[in-house]
Amino acid sequence: MKRTIPLAITFIVGLSLIVAMFIPHDPFHGLDRNFSIFYDVIAVFAFILGGGNLLRVHFRKVQNKRRDWKYSIVTICGFFLMLGAGLLKIGVQEGFRGDFQGAGSLFQYLYDVTFQPLQATMFSLLAFFVASASYRAFRAKTREATILLVAAFIILLRPTPLGFYLTFWLPRQLDFLKIPNLSTWILSVPNMAGQRAIMIGIALGIVSTSLRLILGIERSYLGGEGKG
Amino acid sequence: MRETSLGLIFVLVLALPAQLLAQAETDSIPEAPTVLPARNLEAYDTPSDHGGSITLTWQGSLDDGAGRDVVTGYQVLRSETATGEFEVIAEVPKGVTSFTDNNVTDGSEYYYVALAVSAAGSSVPTLVTSAIPAQQWFNRARLNLLIIACILVFAITYFIYLSAAGRDLYIRKIAGLEAVNEAVGRATEMGRPILFIPGIQDMDNVQTVAGISLLGHIAKRTATYETKLEVPVSRSITMSTGRETVKQAYLEAGRPDLYNDDMVHYITDEQFGYVAAVDGIMVRERPAACFYLGAFFAESLILAETGNSIGAIQVAGTAMPTQLPFFVAACDYTLIGEELFAASAYLSQDRKMMGSLKGQDAGKAIAMGAIIAGVVIATLAAVSGSETLLHAYEWLRGLFSLNV
Repeated sequence: MKRTIPLAITFIVGLSLIVAMFIPHDPFHGLDRNFSIFYDVIAVFAFILGGGNLLRVHFRKVQNKRRDWKYSIVTICGFFLMLGAGLLKIGVQEGFRGDFQGAGSLFQYLYDVTFQPLQATMFSLLAFFVASASYRAFRAKTREATILLVAAFIILLRPTPLGFYLTFWLPRQLDFLKIPNLSTWILSVPNMAGQRAIMIGIALGIVSTSLRLILGIERSYLGGEGKG
Repeated sequence: MRETSLGLIFVLVLALPAQLLAQAETDSIPEAPTVLPARNLEAYDTPSDHGGSITLTWQGSLDDGAGRDVVTGYQVLRSETATGEFEVIAEVPKGVTSFTDNNVTDGSEYYYVALAVSAAGSSVPTLVTSAIPAQQWFNRARLNLLIIACILVFAITYFIYLSAAGRDLYIRKIAGLEAVNEAVGRATEMGRPILFIPGIQDMDNVQTVAGISLLGHIAKRTATYETKLEVPVSRSITMSTGRETVKQAYLEAGRPDLYNDDMVHYITDEQFGYVAAVDGIMVRERPAACFYLGAFFAESLILAETGNSIGAIQVAGTAMPTQLPFFVAACDYTLIGEELFAASAYLSQDRKMMGSLKGQDAGKAIAMGAIIAGVVIATLAAVSGSETLLHAYEWLRGLFSLNV
């Protein structure tokens, strides 16, 4: 029963959503939107579960004085500070009836001066990681890596003045070899072809996986193998 | 004198009738209208919709973009009776010759006229036309999608049936999945944990479902080898599903004693907050193997590069085309798109699941055939200029276009 009910729900919901794709008549119209709302409602309750789990893990870490437990104190304090500032609408000029992000809100202030800079810092790390990953990926050890290196070099040169000046002198007959044209060609022909091939594979994979889920062949997400 | 009289008679006889004739001609021409009207107004129930909509089309005024070119726009007027009072419901700019009225009730008849408008005033109205809106039972614009879906579903179910009936089907080896055992074994030997990231999307994303399915297989192996497994997640529902999956895997492996709820733990829904926490776990715990299987965005490279810096063996898989290059550059093995969806079937070696993979290949063969046919037909059409080939190409293109 523990598995039959979820499988039955998956089958009915999956089939209904497929039917709704082709039938605009009631009661199928807007079914996807309604199911999405149901999901959001469930997700809101699950969020409490997530928050509870976060606190439990970190409280236990502090309690048992596990390695780096001091960071857990920061997490717990941050959690309650933001939660309190948002729930009690501390600093909101319109008082408790105002928006928790309204003028003077402590929540918004903390968000702007703490959370956003931290988020931006993490995102900025990406620039350095792109450099280190590119360095490894573009080492011309194999033929494929060499092609990748050359293609990447041409594309990186494209928006720079150097990209223009390196090949602007080429005669009209060799226009296609000018870096801006070559770069456009790489992006719109081999790159696009590769991307589309991947996209077609992904689409087919999604159809196949969805069918396995709807028919109950794929059950690993319920905690078991496909057999059964 | 006599000559003068004759001249006068000549004028009277010849010139006066000509003058009268010209006057008569002038009288017979009606006064020029302000602007010529729109023509052939048609109203019909908007096809393939949920009702509540009537589409109107008309031919533009002869003064719209041509003739006197004085049209500034059109007015659409509606009434609920043929002879009733018409009210302006819409004004569209010149050159536009259609309008969709979405403010109607199914089953009621609505009457329409259209007027061409110029700076000097409006034209005479078009003839009255009417339509009754209704819901449709089939979205004809998606007929092509239905046909393709039916072919794919048939191919997949056919191969599932064949495989279940005992037919051996060849499935090519996927290096990334062969490496799963190697990664778990390595972590066991090194006495370090395994980190599994099921992406940053919720369970309504099929990539997360595929990732969680793989988590089940990996958890079974970590249970068997008694290797520590850590699954930080960024969505609460994914956490609940992940826990059930891991719990069941440990049960099936006969090691429920090794399972605890904190193996799968929630961090935050925030993208970079999650990345920061996972990076911290990586640096502190130094897992021997990292699995990134699910839907990823900008965090993919941050995670994979951190994993690389601690020397972990890394297996990634996603169906996000923009993130694939990052994973390919930073990880040891990458499951590209469809391989992520095939992974669960591949690892389970279940006959029915393997059959579905073969059905997927049949779909690919159909796609390849259609692409080759399209290229050949388009090339021949361009070279020969044949209208028939051009129509065939357009038809093929339409067949694979998504009409919303």
